Amino acid sequence: MSAQQVLFDAPGPKGKRRILLGNIAGVLLVLGLLGYVVVALAAQGQFEAAKWTPFLEWRTWEFFILPGLLSTLKAAAVAVVTSIAFGLLFGIGRLSHIAPIRWVAGLVVEFLRAVPVLLMMIFLWLALAQVGFIDDPIFVAVVTALTLYNGSVIAELVRSGVHGLPKGQREAAMAIGMTPGKSLRSIEIPQALVAMLPAMVSQFVVILKDSALGYIIGYAELLQFSRRLGVGEGNLLQSLLIAAFIFILINFALSSAANKLSTLLSFRTGRKVKQTEDPELAAAAPVP
Amino acid sequence: MDNFLSLFETYDVAGAFWVNIQLTFWAAIWSFILGTILALMRISPIASLQWFGAAYVNIFRNTPLTVIIAFGVLGLWGQLNVVLAEDFQVNFLRLAILGLSIYHAAFVCEAIRSGVNTVPLGQAEAARAIGLSFLPAARLIILPQALRGAVAPLGNVLIALTKNSTVAFAGSVIESSNLMKEMIEFRGDLVIPIFFIFAMGFVIIVVPIGLLTTWLSRKLAVAR
Repeated sequence: MSAQQVLFDAPGPKGKRRILLGNIAGVLLVLGLLGYVVVALAAQGQFEAAKWTPFLEWRTWEFFILPGLLSTLKAAAVAVVTSIAFGLLFGIGRLSHIAPIRWVAGLVVEFLRAVPVLLMMIFLWLALAQVGFIDDPIFVAVVTALTLYNGSVIAELVRSGVHGLPKGQREAAMAIGMTPGKSLRSIEIPQALVAMLPAMVSQFVVILKDSALGYIIGYAELLQFSRRLGVGEGNLLQSLLIAAFIFILINFALSSAANKLSTLLSFRTGRKVKQTEDPELAAAAPVP
Repeated sequence: MDNFLSLFETYDVAGAFWVNIQLTFWAAIWSFILGTILALMRISPIASLQWFGAAYVNIFRNTPLTVIIAFGVLGLWGQLNVVLAEDFQVNFLRLAILGLSIYHAAFVCEAIRSGVNTVPLGQAEAARAIGLSFLPAARLIILPQALRGAVAPLGNVLIALTKNSTVAFAGSVIESSNLMKEMIEFRGDLVIPIFFIFAMGFVIIVVPIGLLTTWLSRKLAVAR
């Protein structure tokens, strides 16, 4: 239920007047807050033309923002593909009817979900650099760390997607003589994949956001390039804002796509996939 | 083995984790306060506040935390000269807490809102039908159920916050991921054991939080 519907009855004339007054107060509050920020920034000279004009030059985009965006997207795209592969593998592992496989897959997934991505990234970067036969240890470390974490989350999505299916699906598969493994692969996983598609697209947002962690280990992505640009031009604040703006734009598009998908697919899954009702599902909800 | 134990003598591992716990604790409090205010804005019938809440959530949920934390130290401190404490390290720590709180407030807001959304409309209608006005209905019927529904998602936010406290590295805070990097660089012979010390440290902190919130959310679940 929508929160407004639950909490508030349809307003009468008196209520409407109060809401109007509240609205005016709200607008003033929000404008006051924004105005304060603008005045504070202007007092520090952050609106000087010199700080913003670099973004009107092609050079800035050609040498800083676009190469940065490209490496961000490259790391995220590779990590999306490998995460799905990892997630499917371990998701099926967690559903296996062979107990030891289930335990091992469960242990790996739970471990990887509890360890911060940054910790894995730094470890992989330094370990790979020490091993030495990999050309680009930073890139490999970024992608691998993203894969290990997000792959585990996708594995949980696969598992909860299969658990969310009606029991009759498996029973029917058994009745026509399929083995449990065959039923999982041919009947349950394909349906679960459709149901979990929106949640998976939301997970791509997490992958894209976490790719910015590469900044810390020196991966030349959007944030890194923006900082270089900002240091060079003396407009760090503006460069970081532009970088944030680009991230927000892409992620917002991805989130909207996930929402659309969820509505589009609801007729195939018979219900809108809700994530808060079942704690199992909630555990797999895409929190950063 | 002696070699391994000497790590704990040379480096203050517990101290580094203590910094992460401090970051998590303060950011949890501030993001809970800010997130609750935002959630109230989003569920109020006042359009301008709804708009502000939604804009905040959409902006900060879609910005990488690394960008926010880096902005704190490079933008707020470096460019705007925002100083939250005289001491350098305390200043960085507070800026990181600020960044973590601003980011996670968006998720707290959504967690609380999803809790309110679990309450069926019939509950509110029944409350009005027996003559309860807005405040008693909210206090006695809707919010108790909504808060129970919000336990599981809030637990997830707390777990994410605990792990994300390592991102304070980007804000020049010396905490566990920072110490791990230093230790691996100086003790290249013990790369894997060092990683496992820190990884297990987080497992020990995160897994009980997860078990506790799952248990709590099941215990408090509203039977429907």
